[in-house]
Amino acid sequence: MQYALLVYDEPGYLDALSDEEREAAYAEYFALADDERYLGGAQLRSAETATSVRVVNGRTLMTDGPFADTKEVLGGFCLIEAADLDEAIELAARIPAARLGGVVEVRPVGLGPAGIKPAVIGTGR
Amino acid sequence: MLEGVFRDEWGRVLASLVGFLGDFDRAEEAAQEAFAIAAQRWPASGVPANPGAWLVTTARNRAIDRLRRERTLAEKLHLLPAAEAVMDEFDDDTAVIKDERLELIFTCCHPALPLEGQVALTLRALGGLETAEIARAFLVSEETMKRRLSRAKAKIKATGIPFAVPGAHLLPDRLDAVLAVLYLIFNEGYRGRVDLGAEAIRLGRVLAALMPDQPEAHGLLALMMIHHARRRARFSGEDLVLLDDQDRSLWDPRQIAAGRAVLERALALGGRGAYVVQAVIASLQTHERIDWPQVAELYRRLVGLTGSPVVELNRAVALAQAGDPAAALRVVDGLDLDGYLYFHSTRGELLRRLGRDAEARTAYRRALDLATSTPERRFLSRRLDQL
Repeated sequence: MQYALLVYDEPGYLDALSDEEREAAYAEYFALADDERYLGGAQLRSAETATSVRVVNGRTLMTDGPFADTKEVLGGFCLIEAADLDEAIELAARIPAARLGGVVEVRPVGLGPAGIKPAVIGTGR
Repeated sequence: MLEGVFRDEWGRVLASLVGFLGDFDRAEEAAQEAFAIAAQRWPASGVPANPGAWLVTTARNRAIDRLRRERTLAEKLHLLPAAEAVMDEFDDDTAVIKDERLELIFTCCHPALPLEGQVALTLRALGGLETAEIARAFLVSEETMKRRLSRAKAKIKATGIPFAVPGAHLLPDRLDAVLAVLYLIFNEGYRGRVDLGAEAIRLGRVLAALMPDQPEAHGLLALMMIHHARRRARFSGEDLVLLDDQDRSLWDPRQIAAGRAVLERALALGGRGAYVVQAVIASLQTHERIDWPQVAELYRRLVGLTGSPVVELNRAVALAQAGDPAAALRVVDGLDLDGYLYFHSTRGELLRRLGRDAEARTAYRRALDLATSTPERRFLSRRLDQL
Protein backbone atom coordinates (compact mmCIF):
# COMPACT_ATOMS: atom_id res chain seq x y z
CA MET A 1 0.00 0.00 0.00
CA GLN A 2 1.10 3.53 -0.65
CA TYR A 3 1.01 6.20 2.02
CA ALA A 4 1.65 9.91 1.96
CA LEU A 5 3.56 11.24 4.95
CA LEU A 6 2.68 14.91 5.35
CA VAL A 7 5.19 16.71 7.50
CA TYR A 8 3.91 19.65 9.52
CA ASP A 9 6.51 21.66 11.33
CA GLU A 10 7.18 25.07 12.73
CA PRO A 11 8.95 27.21 10.14
CA GLY A 12 12.62 27.58 10.95
CA TYR A 13 12.69 24.74 13.45
CA LEU A 14 15.93 23.44 11.93
CA ASP A 15 17.62 26.83 12.37
CA ALA A 16 16.93 26.66 16.08
CA LEU A 17 19.07 23.53 16.37
CA SER A 18 22.79 23.38 17.02
CA ASP A 19 24.96 22.60 14.01
CA GLU A 20 25.44 19.03 15.18
CA GLU A 21 21.74 18.46 15.77
CA ARG A 22 20.93 19.91 12.38
CA GLU A 23 23.49 17.70 10.67
CA ALA A 24 22.02 14.69 12.47
CA ALA A 25 18.50 15.63 11.34
CA TYR A 26 19.63 15.97 7.72
CA ALA A 27 21.38 12.61 7.93
CA GLU A 28 18.12 11.05 9.13
CA TYR A 29 16.23 12.60 6.22
CA PHE A 30 18.83 11.29 3.77
CA ALA A 31 18.73 7.83 5.31
CA LEU A 32 14.97 7.79 4.90
CA ALA A 33 15.24 8.90 1.28
CA ASP A 34 17.63 5.99 0.68
CA ASP A 35 15.16 3.47 2.08
CA GLU A 36 13.76 1.27 -0.67
CA ARG A 37 10.25 1.92 0.57
CA TYR A 38 10.67 5.64 -0.10
CA LEU A 39 9.05 6.47 -3.45
CA GLY A 40 9.46 10.20 -3.55
CA GLY A 41 8.92 13.45 -1.78
CA ALA A 42 9.97 17.03 -1.48
CA GLN A 43 10.64 19.79 0.93
CA LEU A 44 8.39 22.81 0.43
CA ARG A 45 9.47 26.43 0.37
CA SER A 46 8.21 28.54 3.25
CA ALA A 47 4.48 29.13 3.73
CA GLU A 48 4.95 32.79 2.77
CA THR A 49 5.50 31.60 -0.80
CA ALA A 50 2.12 29.85 -0.87
CA THR A 51 -0.78 30.91 -3.05
CA SER A 52 -4.17 29.32 -2.37
CA VAL A 53 -6.35 28.89 -5.42
CA ARG A 54 -10.04 28.18 -5.75
CA VAL A 55 -12.48 28.41 -8.62
CA VAL A 56 -15.81 30.10 -7.95
CA ASN A 57 -18.40 30.42 -10.73
CA GLY A 58 -15.71 29.71 -13.28
CA ARG A 59 -13.44 32.41 -11.98
CA THR A 60 -10.06 31.51 -10.57
CA LEU A 61 -9.62 33.22 -7.26
CA MET A 62 -6.41 33.28 -5.31
CA THR A 63 -5.28 34.38 -1.91
CA ASP A 64 -1.82 34.91 -0.57
CA GLY A 65 -0.67 32.35 2.00
CA PRO A 66 -1.35 28.71 2.91
CA PHE A 67 -4.84 27.20 3.12
CA ALA A 68 -4.83 26.96 6.92
CA ASP A 69 -3.15 29.68 8.92
CA THR A 70 -1.63 27.67 11.76
CA LYS A 71 1.62 27.69 13.69
CA GLU A 72 2.70 24.41 12.15
CA VAL A 73 2.62 24.40 8.37
CA LEU A 74 2.97 21.74 5.73
CA GLY A 75 6.72 21.75 5.25
CA GLY A 76 7.17 18.70 3.06
CA PHE A 77 5.84 15.32 2.13
CA CYS A 78 6.97 11.86 1.13
CA LEU A 79 5.31 9.02 -0.62
CA ILE A 80 6.16 5.56 0.67
CA GLU A 81 5.27 1.96 -0.02
CA ALA A 82 4.52 0.01 3.17
CA ALA A 83 2.97 -3.34 3.95
CA ASP A 84 0.50 -1.90 6.43
CA LEU A 85 -0.18 1.06 8.68
CA ASP A 86 2.28 -0.13 11.33
CA GLU A 87 5.12 -0.06 8.84
CA ALA A 88 4.02 3.35 7.58
CA ILE A 89 3.95 4.66 11.14
CA GLU A 90 7.47 3.35 11.76
CA LEU A 91 8.73 5.26 8.73
CA ALA A 92 6.80 8.36 9.77
CA ALA A 93 8.40 8.21 13.21
CA ARG A 94 11.84 8.32 11.57
CA ILE A 95 11.17 11.77 10.14
CA PRO A 96 13.14 14.16 12.41
CA ALA A 97 10.35 16.75 12.49
CA ALA A 98 8.20 14.22 14.36
CA ARG A 99 10.53 14.31 17.38
CA LEU A 100 11.37 18.01 17.03
CA GLY A 101 7.97 19.44 17.85
CA GLY A 102 6.31 18.77 14.49
CA VAL A 103 3.68 16.25 13.42
CA VAL A 104 3.65 13.76 10.58
CA GLU A 105 0.23 12.93 9.20
CA VAL A 106 0.01 9.47 7.66
CA ARG A 107 -2.58 9.11 4.90
CA PRO A 108 -3.18 6.13 2.66
CA VAL A 109 -3.06 7.04 -0.99
CA GLY A 110 -5.79 6.09 -3.43
CA LEU A 111 -9.13 4.46 -2.87
CA GLY A 112 -8.27 1.71 -0.48
CA PRO A 113 -6.85 -1.77 -0.30
CA ALA A 114 -8.66 -2.95 -3.41
CA GLY A 115 -5.84 -1.26 -5.28
CA ILE A 116 -7.95 1.16 -7.22
CA LYS A 117 -5.71 3.87 -8.62
CA PRO A 118 -6.36 7.44 -7.54
CA ALA A 119 -8.28 9.44 -10.08
CA VAL A 120 -6.22 11.79 -12.17
CA ILE A 121 -6.97 15.29 -11.04
CA GLY A 122 -8.01 17.46 -13.94
CA THR A 123 -10.88 19.16 -15.64
CA GLY A 124 -11.75 16.19 -17.84
CA ARG A 125 -11.80 18.34 -20.92
CA MET B 1 -27.48 -22.84 26.86
CA LEU B 2 -27.20 -22.06 23.16
CA GLU B 3 -26.68 -18.42 24.00
CA GLY B 4 -23.75 -19.37 26.22
CA VAL B 5 -22.12 -21.32 23.40
CA PHE B 6 -22.69 -18.40 21.03
CA ARG B 7 -21.16 -15.93 23.45
CA ASP B 8 -18.10 -18.12 23.93
CA GLU B 9 -17.61 -18.83 20.26
CA TRP B 10 -18.37 -15.47 18.68
CA GLY B 11 -14.92 -13.90 19.09
CA ARG B 12 -13.08 -16.98 17.89
CA VAL B 13 -15.35 -17.45 14.89
CA LEU B 14 -15.23 -13.80 13.90
CA ALA B 15 -11.44 -13.64 14.30
CA SER B 16 -11.00 -16.64 12.07
CA LEU B 17 -13.28 -15.09 9.44
CA VAL B 18 -11.58 -11.69 9.51
CA GLY B 19 -8.29 -13.51 9.00
CA PHE B 20 -9.75 -15.54 6.17
CA LEU B 21 -11.70 -12.85 4.37
CA GLY B 22 -9.55 -9.86 5.22
CA ASP B 23 -12.67 -7.79 5.68
CA PHE B 24 -14.52 -6.94 8.86
CA ASP B 25 -17.98 -6.39 7.43
CA ARG B 26 -17.97 -9.55 5.36
CA ALA B 27 -16.69 -11.52 8.32
CA GLU B 28 -19.44 -10.19 10.55
CA GLU B 29 -22.11 -10.91 7.96
CA ALA B 30 -20.89 -14.47 7.48
CA ALA B 31 -20.60 -15.10 11.21
CA GLN B 32 -24.12 -13.85 11.79
CA GLU B 33 -25.42 -16.12 9.08
CA ALA B 34 -23.68 -19.16 10.56
CA PHE B 35 -24.97 -18.39 14.04
CA ALA B 36 -28.49 -18.03 12.66
CA ILE B 37 -28.25 -21.44 10.97
CA ALA B 38 -26.96 -22.95 14.21
CA ALA B 39 -29.84 -21.43 16.15
CA GLN B 40 -32.22 -23.16 13.76
CA ARG B 41 -30.55 -26.54 13.60
CA TRP B 42 -28.91 -27.18 16.93
CA PRO B 43 -32.03 -27.37 19.07
CA ALA B 44 -33.10 -30.38 16.97
CA SER B 45 -29.77 -31.90 15.96
CA GLY B 46 -27.86 -31.13 19.15
CA VAL B 47 -24.74 -29.00 19.55
CA PRO B 48 -21.85 -30.43 17.52
CA ALA B 49 -18.82 -31.67 19.44
CA ASN B 50 -16.73 -28.84 18.08
CA PRO B 51 -19.18 -25.95 17.76
CA GLY B 52 -16.49 -23.40 16.93
CA ALA B 53 -15.16 -25.38 13.97
CA TRP B 54 -18.70 -26.03 12.76
CA LEU B 55 -19.53 -22.32 12.90
CA VAL B 56 -16.31 -21.23 11.18
CA THR B 57 -16.72 -23.79 8.39
CA THR B 58 -20.35 -22.91 7.86
CA ALA B 59 -19.58 -19.20 7.87
CA ARG B 60 -16.70 -19.65 5.44
CA ASN B 61 -18.85 -21.60 3.06
CA ARG B 62 -21.56 -18.98 3.20
CA ALA B 63 -19.02 -16.22 2.60
CA ILE B 64 -17.58 -18.08 -0.38
CA ASP B 65 -21.05 -18.68 -1.81
CA ARG B 66 -21.81 -15.04 -1.46
CA LEU B 67 -18.56 -14.01 -3.10
CA ARG B 68 -19.18 -16.44 -5.96
CA ARG B 69 -22.60 -14.97 -6.43
CA GLU B 70 -21.07 -11.58 -6.66
CA ARG B 71 -18.76 -12.93 -9.31
CA THR B 72 -15.83 -11.03 -7.96
CA LEU B 73 -14.24 -13.95 -6.21
CA ALA B 74 -10.85 -13.55 -7.74
CA GLU B 75 -10.64 -9.91 -6.82
CA LYS B 76 -12.00 -10.00 -3.35
CA LEU B 77 -10.80 -13.24 -1.88
CA HIS B 78 -7.10 -12.89 -1.46
CA LEU B 79 -6.47 -16.49 -0.45
CA LEU B 80 -8.17 -18.69 -2.96
CA PRO B 81 -6.18 -21.85 -2.27
CA ALA B 82 -7.43 -21.98 1.31
CA ALA B 83 -10.96 -21.24 0.17
CA GLU B 84 -10.99 -24.15 -2.23
CA ALA B 85 -9.94 -26.52 0.49
CA VAL B 86 -13.10 -25.86 2.46
CA MET B 87 -15.54 -28.74 2.62
CA ASP B 88 -19.08 -28.23 1.50
CA GLU B 89 -20.56 -29.82 4.56
CA PHE B 90 -18.69 -29.90 7.80
CA ASP B 91 -18.22 -33.46 8.93
CA ASP B 92 -15.03 -33.51 10.94
CA ASP B 93 -15.39 -32.75 14.63
CA THR B 94 -11.67 -32.99 15.19
CA ALA B 95 -10.81 -30.13 12.85
CA VAL B 96 -8.74 -27.51 14.62
CA ILE B 97 -9.54 -23.93 13.78
CA LYS B 98 -6.59 -21.66 14.31
CA ASP B 99 -7.28 -19.23 17.11
CA GLU B 100 -6.82 -15.73 15.70
CA ARG B 101 -8.44 -13.79 18.49
CA LEU B 102 -5.14 -12.22 19.50
CA GLU B 103 -4.74 -10.75 16.02
CA LEU B 104 -8.29 -9.45 16.29
CA ILE B 105 -7.65 -7.88 19.71
CA PHE B 106 -4.62 -5.99 18.42
CA THR B 107 -6.55 -4.81 15.38
CA CYS B 108 -9.49 -3.57 17.44
CA CYS B 109 -7.23 -1.82 19.97
CA HIS B 110 -4.96 -0.20 17.40
CA PRO B 111 -3.98 3.26 18.69
CA ALA B 112 -4.63 4.78 15.25
CA LEU B 113 -8.35 4.30 16.01
CA PRO B 114 -10.15 6.73 18.31
CA LEU B 115 -10.33 5.30 21.83
CA GLU B 116 -14.13 5.14 21.86
CA GLY B 117 -13.97 3.23 18.59
CA GLN B 118 -11.45 0.79 20.04
CA VAL B 119 -13.69 0.16 23.01
CA ALA B 120 -16.84 -0.32 20.96
CA LEU B 121 -15.17 -2.55 18.41
CA THR B 122 -13.57 -4.74 21.06
CA LEU B 123 -16.93 -5.28 22.72
CA ARG B 124 -18.63 -5.99 19.41
CA ALA B 125 -15.99 -8.14 17.72
CA LEU B 126 -14.55 -10.06 20.66
CA GLY B 127 -17.25 -9.78 23.28
CA GLY B 128 -20.04 -10.46 20.81
CA LEU B 129 -22.22 -7.74 22.30
CA GLU B 130 -24.97 -6.37 20.10
CA THR B 131 -24.63 -2.79 18.91
CA ALA B 132 -27.73 -1.85 20.91
CA GLU B 133 -26.24 -3.30 24.09
CA ILE B 134 -23.02 -1.36 23.64
CA ALA B 135 -25.01 1.79 22.96
CA ARG B 136 -26.95 1.28 26.20
CA ALA B 137 -23.77 0.73 28.17
CA PHE B 138 -22.30 4.01 26.97
CA LEU B 139 -25.53 5.98 27.11
CA VAL B 140 -25.60 6.87 23.43
CA SER B 141 -28.19 6.14 20.78
CA GLU B 142 -27.94 2.96 18.75
CA GLU B 143 -27.49 5.11 15.64
CA THR B 144 -24.47 6.84 17.17
CA MET B 145 -22.93 3.53 18.20
CA LYS B 146 -23.53 2.06 14.77
CA ARG B 147 -21.73 5.02 13.20
CA ARG B 148 -18.88 4.72 15.68
CA LEU B 149 -18.41 1.05 14.80
CA SER B 150 -18.60 1.50 11.08
CA ARG B 151 -16.20 4.42 11.17
CA ALA B 152 -13.66 2.30 13.05
CA LYS B 153 -14.08 -0.60 10.62
CA ALA B 154 -13.77 1.73 7.65
CA LYS B 155 -10.53 3.15 9.01
CA ILE B 156 -9.08 -0.32 9.54
CA LYS B 157 -9.85 -1.16 5.95
CA ALA B 158 -8.81 2.10 4.31
CA THR B 159 -5.58 2.66 6.20
CA GLY B 160 -4.29 -0.89 6.25
CA ILE B 161 -4.33 -1.45 10.01
CA PRO B 162 -2.81 -4.93 10.17
CA PHE B 163 -4.59 -8.04 11.36
CA ALA B 164 -1.54 -9.28 13.23
CA VAL B 165 0.15 -9.57 16.58
CA PRO B 166 2.73 -6.76 16.60
CA GLY B 167 6.40 -7.64 16.41
CA ALA B 168 8.57 -7.67 19.52
CA HIS B 169 9.68 -4.05 19.16
CA LEU B 170 6.10 -2.78 19.02
CA LEU B 171 4.56 -5.24 21.43
CA PRO B 172 5.09 -3.49 24.80
CA ASP B 173 3.39 -0.27 23.65
CA ARG B 174 0.62 -2.05 21.83
CA LEU B 175 -0.09 -4.42 24.69
CA ASP B 176 -0.40 -1.37 26.94
CA ALA B 177 -3.03 -0.03 24.55
CA VAL B 178 -4.98 -3.30 24.70
CA LEU B 179 -4.82 -3.42 28.49
CA ALA B 180 -5.98 0.20 28.68
CA VAL B 181 -9.03 -0.61 26.56
CA LEU B 182 -9.98 -3.59 28.72
CA TYR B 183 -9.53 -1.59 31.92
CA LEU B 184 -11.61 1.24 30.51
CA ILE B 185 -14.40 -1.22 29.72
CA PHE B 186 -14.13 -2.57 33.25
CA ASN B 187 -14.31 0.85 34.84
CA GLU B 188 -17.35 1.75 32.75
CA GLY B 189 -18.92 -1.32 34.34
CA TYR B 190 -18.50 0.27 37.75
CA ARG B 191 -21.09 2.84 36.81
CA GLY B 192 -23.54 -0.02 36.98
CA ARG B 193 -25.41 -0.32 33.70
CA VAL B 194 -24.82 -3.30 31.42
CA ASP B 195 -22.45 -5.63 33.30
CA LEU B 196 -19.34 -4.46 31.49
CA GLY B 197 -17.26 -5.52 34.48
CA ALA B 198 -17.98 -9.19 33.83
CA GLU B 199 -17.45 -8.61 30.12
CA ALA B 200 -14.04 -7.01 30.71
CA ILE B 201 -13.05 -9.97 32.88
CA ARG B 202 -14.10 -12.40 30.16
CA LEU B 203 -11.96 -10.51 27.65
CA GLY B 204 -9.12 -10.29 30.16
CA ARG B 205 -9.24 -14.05 30.58
CA VAL B 206 -9.01 -14.56 26.83
CA LEU B 207 -6.05 -12.20 26.61
CA ALA B 208 -4.21 -13.81 29.54
CA ALA B 209 -4.76 -17.26 28.06
CA LEU B 210 -3.49 -16.15 24.66
CA MET B 211 -0.47 -14.33 26.14
CA PRO B 212 0.46 -16.64 29.01
CA ASP B 213 3.93 -15.12 29.42
CA GLN B 214 2.84 -11.49 29.77
CA PRO B 215 2.67 -10.62 33.48
CA GLU B 216 0.70 -7.42 32.96
CA ALA B 217 -2.09 -9.32 31.17
CA HIS B 218 -2.41 -11.52 34.27
CA GLY B 219 -2.00 -8.48 36.51
CA LEU B 220 -4.91 -6.67 34.91
CA LEU B 221 -7.11 -9.78 35.03
CA ALA B 222 -6.32 -10.27 38.72
CA LEU B 223 -7.02 -6.61 39.45
CA MET B 224 -10.40 -6.72 37.73
CA MET B 225 -11.42 -9.99 39.38
CA ILE B 226 -10.58 -8.81 42.88
CA HIS B 227 -12.40 -5.50 42.38
CA HIS B 228 -15.37 -7.23 40.79
CA ALA B 229 -15.62 -9.60 43.73
CA ARG B 230 -16.47 -6.62 45.94
CA ARG B 231 -19.01 -4.97 43.68
CA ARG B 232 -22.11 -5.97 45.68
CA ALA B 233 -20.70 -4.33 48.77
CA ARG B 234 -19.87 -1.06 47.06
CA PHE B 235 -23.41 0.20 47.09
CA SER B 236 -26.09 0.16 49.72
CA GLY B 237 -29.20 0.98 47.74
CA GLU B 238 -28.16 4.17 46.00
CA ASP B 239 -25.38 4.95 48.45
CA LEU B 240 -21.68 4.53 47.89
CA VAL B 241 -20.00 2.45 50.62
CA LEU B 242 -16.29 2.91 51.31
CA LEU B 243 -13.95 -0.02 51.79
CA ASP B 244 -13.84 0.41 55.58
CA ASP B 245 -17.60 0.20 55.89
CA GLN B 246 -18.27 -2.54 53.36
CA ASP B 247 -20.18 -5.61 54.46
CA ARG B 248 -17.61 -8.28 53.75
CA SER B 249 -20.20 -11.02 53.70
CA LEU B 250 -21.30 -9.52 50.38
CA TRP B 251 -17.89 -10.11 48.83
CA ASP B 252 -17.43 -13.07 46.54
CA PRO B 253 -14.70 -15.13 48.22
CA ARG B 254 -14.34 -17.54 45.31
CA GLN B 255 -13.67 -14.75 42.86
CA ILE B 256 -11.18 -13.18 45.27
CA ALA B 257 -9.35 -16.51 45.56
CA ALA B 258 -9.39 -16.93 41.79
CA GLY B 259 -8.07 -13.39 41.36
CA ARG B 260 -5.27 -14.10 43.83
CA ALA B 261 -4.30 -17.23 41.91
CA VAL B 262 -4.04 -15.17 38.72
CA LEU B 263 -1.96 -12.62 40.63
CA GLU B 264 0.39 -15.37 41.80
CA ARG B 265 0.98 -16.26 38.20
CA ALA B 266 1.75 -12.62 37.32
CA LEU B 267 4.23 -12.36 40.18
CA ALA B 268 5.84 -15.68 39.30
CA LEU B 269 6.43 -14.28 35.82
CA GLY B 270 8.37 -11.43 37.42
CA GLY B 271 5.58 -8.91 36.91
CA ARG B 272 6.23 -5.57 38.62
CA GLY B 273 4.25 -3.33 36.27
CA ALA B 274 1.44 -0.94 37.07
CA TYR B 275 -1.40 -3.48 36.81
CA VAL B 276 0.43 -6.08 38.88
CA VAL B 277 1.13 -3.53 41.62
CA GLN B 278 -2.50 -2.40 41.63
CA ALA B 279 -3.63 -6.01 41.85
CA VAL B 280 -1.34 -6.58 44.84
CA ILE B 281 -2.87 -3.52 46.51
CA ALA B 282 -6.40 -4.74 45.74
CA SER B 283 -5.50 -8.14 47.14
CA LEU B 284 -4.04 -6.66 50.35
CA GLN B 285 -7.22 -4.66 50.79
CA THR B 286 -9.29 -7.82 50.96
CA HIS B 287 -7.39 -9.02 54.03
CA GLU B 288 -9.16 -9.06 57.39
CA ARG B 289 -6.54 -6.66 58.76
CA ILE B 290 -5.15 -4.44 56.04
CA ASP B 291 -1.43 -3.73 56.14
CA TRP B 292 -1.71 0.00 55.38
CA PRO B 293 2.01 0.82 55.60
CA GLN B 294 2.63 -1.79 52.92
CA VAL B 295 -0.24 -0.42 50.82
CA ALA B 296 1.30 3.06 51.10
CA GLU B 297 4.67 1.67 50.03
CA LEU B 298 3.06 -0.01 47.00
CA TYR B 299 1.35 3.22 46.05
CA ARG B 300 4.75 4.91 46.24
CA ARG B 301 6.03 2.38 43.75
CA LEU B 302 2.96 2.96 41.57
CA VAL B 303 3.60 6.72 41.60
CA GLY B 304 7.09 5.91 40.32
CA LEU B 305 5.59 3.85 37.49
CA THR B 306 2.77 6.18 36.49
CA GLY B 307 3.74 9.64 37.74
CA SER B 308 0.06 10.15 38.43
CA PRO B 309 -1.06 12.68 41.06
CA VAL B 310 -4.25 10.65 41.57
CA VAL B 311 -2.11 7.70 42.62
CA GLU B 312 -0.23 10.02 44.95
CA LEU B 313 -3.59 10.96 46.45
CA ASN B 314 -4.25 7.27 47.08
CA ARG B 315 -0.87 6.97 48.73
CA ALA B 316 -1.90 9.77 51.08
CA VAL B 317 -5.09 7.90 51.98
CA ALA B 318 -3.01 4.81 52.79
CA LEU B 319 -0.68 6.90 54.97
CA ALA B 320 -3.68 8.22 56.88
CA GLN B 321 -5.07 4.70 57.30
CA ALA B 322 -1.66 3.66 58.58
CA GLY B 323 -2.14 6.20 61.37
CA ASP B 324 -0.49 9.37 60.13
CA PRO B 325 -3.15 11.82 58.87
CA ALA B 326 -0.78 14.78 59.29
CA ALA B 327 1.79 13.26 56.89
CA ALA B 328 -1.10 12.41 54.57
CA LEU B 329 -2.33 16.00 54.56
CA ARG B 330 1.16 17.26 53.72
CA VAL B 331 1.21 14.96 50.68
CA VAL B 332 -2.29 16.03 49.62
CA ASP B 333 -1.55 19.74 49.98
CA GLY B 334 1.39 19.32 47.61
CA LEU B 335 -0.88 18.10 44.82
CA ASP B 336 -2.28 20.15 41.99
CA LEU B 337 -5.71 18.53 41.68
CA ASP B 338 -8.07 21.39 42.36
CA GLY B 339 -10.70 20.25 39.84
CA TYR B 340 -10.81 16.71 41.22
CA LEU B 341 -13.65 15.77 43.56
CA TYR B 342 -11.69 13.16 45.51
CA PHE B 343 -8.87 15.60 46.17
CA HIS B 344 -11.27 17.76 48.15
CA SER B 345 -13.16 14.92 49.83
CA THR B 346 -9.86 13.37 50.92
CA ARG B 347 -8.65 16.70 52.28
CA GLY B 348 -11.96 17.08 54.10
CA GLU B 349 -11.61 13.68 55.70
CA LEU B 350 -7.98 14.28 56.74
CA LEU B 351 -8.81 17.69 58.21
CA ARG B 352 -11.71 16.13 60.11
CA ARG B 353 -9.41 13.51 61.59
CA LEU B 354 -7.00 16.24 62.62
CA GLY B 355 -9.85 18.07 64.40
CA ARG B 356 -9.86 21.01 61.97
CA ASP B 357 -13.62 20.88 61.42
CA ALA B 358 -14.15 24.31 59.87
CA GLU B 359 -11.55 23.67 57.18
CA ALA B 360 -12.94 20.18 56.71
CA ARG B 361 -16.38 21.64 56.03
CA THR B 362 -14.97 24.00 53.40
CA ALA B 363 -13.21 21.12 51.69
CA TYR B 364 -16.32 18.91 51.68
CA ARG B 365 -18.40 21.77 50.27
CA ARG B 366 -15.89 22.19 47.46
CA ALA B 367 -16.12 18.43 46.77
CA LEU B 368 -19.91 18.65 46.75
CA ASP B 369 -19.72 21.42 44.13
CA LEU B 370 -17.78 19.06 41.88
CA ALA B 371 -19.98 15.98 42.40
CA THR B 372 -21.93 14.91 39.33
CA SER B 373 -23.71 11.70 40.39
CA THR B 374 -26.46 11.29 42.96
CA PRO B 375 -24.64 8.66 45.07
CA GLU B 376 -21.58 10.90 45.27
CA ARG B 377 -23.65 13.90 46.27
CA ARG B 378 -25.54 11.98 48.94
CA PHE B 379 -22.34 10.53 50.33
CA LEU B 380 -20.71 13.93 50.62
CA SER B 381 -23.82 15.55 52.12
CA ARG B 382 -23.86 12.86 54.81
CA ARG B 383 -20.21 13.51 55.59
CA LEU B 384 -20.90 17.23 55.84
CA ASP B 385 -23.86 16.65 58.14
CA GLN B 386 -21.73 14.54 60.47
CA LEU B 387 -19.28 17.37 61.05
